[in-house]
Amino acid sequence: MFWKAVYVICMRDIRRFFREKSQVIGSVARPALWLVIMGTGFNTIFRAESGTYTQFLFPGIIGMTVLFTSVFSAVSIIWDRQFGFLREILVAPVSRTSVAVGKTLSGCFQSMIQGGIILALSPLVDVHLTPVIIVEVLFLIFLTSFALTSLGLLIASRMESFEGFNLIMNFLIMPMFLLSGAFFPMQGLPGWLKTLVSVNPLTYAVDALRGVIIGVHEYALTTDILFMVGFAILMTAVAVTAFSREM
Amino acid sequence: MIVAKDLCKHFDDIKAVDGVTFSVEKGEIFGFLGPNGAGKTTTINVLCTLMKPTSGEASINGYDVSKDPYNVRRSIGLIFQDPSLDDRLTATENLDFHGMIYNIPKPTREERKKELLEMVDLWDRRKDQVKTFSGGMKRRLEIARGLLHQPRILFLDEPTLGLDPQTRSHIWNYIHSLRDEQEITIFMTTHYMDEAENCDRIAIIDYGKIVASDTPEELKRLVGGDVITLKTTDDEKAVQEIGERYNLHVRRDEKGIHLEIENGEEFIPQFISSFSTKINAINLRRPTLDDVFLKLTGREIRKEEASARDKMRSHMRMRGH
Repeated sequence: MFWKAVYVICMRDIRRFFREKSQVIGSVARPALWLVIMGTGFNTIFRAESGTYTQFLFPGIIGMTVLFTSVFSAVSIIWDRQFGFLREILVAPVSRTSVAVGKTLSGCFQSMIQGGIILALSPLVDVHLTPVIIVEVLFLIFLTSFALTSLGLLIASRMESFEGFNLIMNFLIMPMFLLSGAFFPMQGLPGWLKTLVSVNPLTYAVDALRGVIIGVHEYALTTDILFMVGFAILMTAVAVTAFSREM
Repeated sequence: MIVAKDLCKHFDDIKAVDGVTFSVEKGEIFGFLGPNGAGKTTTINVLCTLMKPTSGEASINGYDVSKDPYNVRRSIGLIFQDPSLDDRLTATENLDFHGMIYNIPKPTREERKKELLEMVDLWDRRKDQVKTFSGGMKRRLEIARGLLHQPRILFLDEPTLGLDPQTRSHIWNYIHSLRDEQEITIFMTTHYMDEAENCDRIAIIDYGKIVASDTPEELKRLVGGDVITLKTTDDEKAVQEIGERYNLHVRRDEKGIHLEIENGEEFIPQFISSFSTKINAINLRRPTLDDVFLKLTGREIRKEEASARDKMRSHMRMRGH
């Protein structure tokens, strides 16, 4: 019954995801714009030691897509609360854990789809992918998204409405995004910013993606993965607890 | 099937439910009647494990709502006051979601889905997304969904709010037949007096407390006979005259003078013939639960202007506490 509930919760999200064509297009168009405009713009003044700026940016944009997709898919719970559907879920004879896991997996699935679409843009930025790389990237997306969706669930379970969401967006999600090494290398930053960067899970996600895709990285791949697995386990545990206590 | 003992739910210093005690037998239709903000929905939320009681106990189908929410949830079906459908899904998809999450085997699910969609007259619209539905259609779909898993106990929070009379009587017929055929226990809230009369027993709730609980007939008997409404040219004088001649307690409002009396039919002719103030209109009716509510609380049930306290309560509820 646990996995059936997980499946039902997850399938509903996925069905809605594919039904909202504009949302799918929008969430792919945004990173594509970043990639094309930012990438081309900075290409002329920025030379990384191992290729063009667009190549450097490409894994970062995947990280960004995963971040936004994961968080947005989790906070859809706030919509469900506002439109009443959450009660339908909460009075059903299924555990809160299965609801949280279903939501998390649907976030992972959506991230993998959207990340996969970004991957398909790789020829545009002169990045060459092999099947092995694609599998590795999808695995990393899954792992990253698991951690970030759980973080989103934790936020959503504490929020009654969308009013507080801007705050979270400005003071948590945007800094996570900007301080992840997605846009620029982190070596030159002052110490206090470096500390923030080093506790940001997205840093490790972007680092691992960059390592796998263009072979440039700051930390060892095992460090990246261990950090993210640790963060994912912690977040899932906290999110499930928070979610179970709700109501 | 439902037992509540001294149940309380407080939000900060607001006592939304303030020590209610009642029990509902198997196959009974039990109604909570009260104005908005009286604590009806909060009581349902506590009974349905959506909120933890501040104090007191409640059990559903023998399971304690605080200790065994899982089995409580398996026993109940809920039809909410506010919509709780996924409007991006179709009617069928909403029912499938429900059927699967309640673990109903597919053949049974398909069969009941058809039966219920036909009952609420939505079979033709089953493949349409719920966002294209009118308010009444959503409500009907929600009722179909609440019945899909054949709950032992059905909670209905203002079940027919905003429905046309035809659908209303349709739904009531179905609810009665469910009770008769399957012995479903029904707990409902309403602020419609005429609807409350469908219940076997009613508890009248006001400011989180039960002020009276009995069958609709017995409650109406509290009013003491029939209700007569008078319109006169000089209400002040008329009230005085009634007081002197019949020693009756009367109530005055913008609609006229109201008095309660046994055997109203016999009273009226002799009253008119001997009354000295000019009477413009006179009306006699059987007592309704409106009269009961008024008698017990001193207020009409559907007062348009909510007091500040009421507003505060409904505000708290909207915030989802």
